[in-house]
Amino acid sequence: MARQSSRENDLVGDGMTALCAGALALNLLLVVALLGVLVVNGMGYFWQRDLIEIVLDDGTRLLGEIHDREEIPPSVTEQTGVSGTRVRLKLGNRDLTGFDFLWVDENRIVSREWPAAAVLLERLEYGNFYGYVEEIRRGDEVLATGSQEVWAAFGPLHEAKLDQLAAIRRLEKSEIGKVNHRMEKLRLAARRLEASDPSQAERERRGAEIERRQALAASEYEALSRRLFDMRDEWEAETLVMESTDGTGMEMPVAHVVRILRPNGMSNAATTGLYLSRLWEFLADDPRESNTEGGIFPAIFGTVMMVFLMSFAVAPFGVLAALYLREYAKQGTIVRMVRIAVNNLAGVPSIVFGVFGLGFFVYLTGGTIDRLFHSEALPTPTYGTGGILWASLTLALLTVPVVIVATEEGLAAVPRIVREGSLALGATKFETTWRVVVPAAAPGILTGLILAMARAAGEVAPLMIVGMVKLAPTLPIDHHFPFIHFERKFMHLGFHIYDLGFQSPNVEATKPLVFATALLLIVVVTVMNLVAIAVRNHLRRKYIGSAV
Amino acid sequence: MTGQPQTGEPETFERAEAGDHAIDPEIRTPILDVRTLSLWYGETQALFDISLLIPSKQITAFIGPSGCGKSTLLRCFNRLNDLIDEVRVEGGILFEQDDIRDPSTDVTALRKRIGMVFQKSNPFPKSIYENIAYGPRIHGIRDRREMDEIVEQSLRRAALWDEVKDRLGESALGLSGGQQQRLCIARAIAIEPEVILLDEPCSALDPIATAKIEELMIELKEHYSLVIVTHNMQQASRISDYTAFMYLGRLIEYQPTERLFINPIRTQTEEYITGRFG
Repeated sequence: MARQSSRENDLVGDGMTALCAGALALNLLLVVALLGVLVVNGMGYFWQRDLIEIVLDDGTRLLGEIHDREEIPPSVTEQTGVSGTRVRLKLGNRDLTGFDFLWVDENRIVSREWPAAAVLLERLEYGNFYGYVEEIRRGDEVLATGSQEVWAAFGPLHEAKLDQLAAIRRLEKSEIGKVNHRMEKLRLAARRLEASDPSQAERERRGAEIERRQALAASEYEALSRRLFDMRDEWEAETLVMESTDGTGMEMPVAHVVRILRPNGMSNAATTGLYLSRLWEFLADDPRESNTEGGIFPAIFGTVMMVFLMSFAVAPFGVLAALYLREYAKQGTIVRMVRIAVNNLAGVPSIVFGVFGLGFFVYLTGGTIDRLFHSEALPTPTYGTGGILWASLTLALLTVPVVIVATEEGLAAVPRIVREGSLALGATKFETTWRVVVPAAAPGILTGLILAMARAAGEVAPLMIVGMVKLAPTLPIDHHFPFIHFERKFMHLGFHIYDLGFQSPNVEATKPLVFATALLLIVVVTVMNLVAIAVRNHLRRKYIGSAV
Repeated sequence: MTGQPQTGEPETFERAEAGDHAIDPEIRTPILDVRTLSLWYGETQALFDISLLIPSKQITAFIGPSGCGKSTLLRCFNRLNDLIDEVRVEGGILFEQDDIRDPSTDVTALRKRIGMVFQKSNPFPKSIYENIAYGPRIHGIRDRREMDEIVEQSLRRAALWDEVKDRLGESALGLSGGQQQRLCIARAIAIEPEVILLDEPCSALDPIATAKIEELMIELKEHYSLVIVTHNMQQASRISDYTAFMYLGRLIEYQPTERLFINPIRTQTEEYITGRFG
């Protein structure tokens, strides 16, 4: 009998073990599937496919890349009576035809070929162009004509164009930027003068001085902008003439070409190189064409900087609050209520924090700062509008319960005997707390911070109303004093995903970018967490065997 | 080991009264003078009218079964019981004419003069060096060279220097149990106390580590007055000069160690040390 019942118990136990293992396996499977989908869809985007030229039964010639192949859905069959398979072609040439993609019924395809001379042009504007090169012109003078000649001439010319562009950027950013900065300061000085109330003579004297300097700056600006226009004209002087498969011509400045490729003739090594270069462009460049092309560097930068600012705000704030709750406050009903309230705060929908941040940080705090320190710029707000500082503080509020709870647990896990050891040496409670208890609880505190950072990096909703934008003209850090501009608006990967997927003028084209950006967001969060975990493990190793 | 511990009413014991020769050994140079000390945890009384003198530069051992109040009494000497809410104490403890119990006593200064080593070794999660330097630094020593000297001196006195001198920067938590306990003793010595309280310092250690600590304690009494709480009667008889036997919160007998173990006056003492209960 006894044996019988013990065997039954084992069966139940085995069943439980299998159930637990199954649950874990399912979780892992889902995570792997998610990452798999993101990698396949996102990373495939940067791989160059061959260009195919097809002729349809009505004689139409199409040149592009095949992106999809599928059974014609029954709903389409019902309407058109066509069945079988169809392919989705990326045709580019948006400026000529108005659309990027086209579904083509495979039954209608008469011939397919992969012409070696077919050219893919990545352009600064209007996306890709698929077609054949004709010639390069400068004004009316033809510099090169025919595929071979153009190809030979293009490389060095394009290189020169890139150098010119860099020079233009330098001029815009440094010299013109400086003059602009000075003019803005003078404008504000003039407004301050109006608002202040000096004597008549003083006012005239200072007004004249400001005007004199304004005139100087304006003439400087004029000279610089003339130089800029000359440089731009020179930059755009050469024209590339192309022809699409249907014979339509297209002309554009050589300078507006990002890349010119003949994918069908490329070796595997070259394709791999292209892949890496596109990946790098994606990571390191600014977005173009309302975010559908180019890179997402400003979004990466904004996300990371915001999470860092948030960490700097939330760590001391949360740790001090937890210290008071656990070490100093008299444990009783009130502390218990506070603790419950803090835990509940973690469950408040994030958009509520966004609204609070807008009201408290942006309008109240920011508005007050503007009135006190930036009144000359009003009614244009400086701090009284969304910005990276307010967004970070809003997220700090959102994540502070996580830090408080984790810190409290870390503090509670420091054994009483260690505290007594310190007190018995004549240390005060404060010394004991700061020199013994907090260091011993540091790994636990960092765990809380890691969770907070992960939460903050993925949060989008509250940021949409406290400073996150679709496209920010400048990064929050640059080379103009004071270098870190807390009031600036910023881009964010989470919002970028939403923007690409749902707000884009060209959803089909950006779909792979949604996956790639999502993958990147996960990578960014993972990297930040790994750094924090490395710090925590270092602390833990330093204090082997310590609690938590 | 014969049968159950006695669970009778406290009243069945003879009351320990002042002047009773069973609890009043002749001590010429006392450093601590405990006078009719009683202590309550909330409603529960844990110590009943304890009076005894702790001799200077000797080892005094408190023995008795678990829960007899010996650790509680020890923790009264450096007022560590203050940390527990709802503790009430009556009576006094004189430490060189000053009453430890007095509310105006500077507790941190008191604890600098009366150090403590705990039952379970409790090194701080810091390096070996920082563990020793912790106390002196709190009490205002900043000079690096002076600190180095204190650390070396303390570790030497705790017979740990030779084992750790090459790894002072490593975590104290990497040391063995016996080393950790000696580190805690060194930490207590580093602030130059007059009295060192040891609360069952060897209960978590193996016999070899225990022997080292016992040896160390005998060396230390040259400089310090030691009070040790122990479960181990052999240990008390081996190292202490005076032994106090406590039972259910009362001081039953307090004698020079030899006399208490060879010729106890009270029957409870005899029953306990011969292992008939406890």
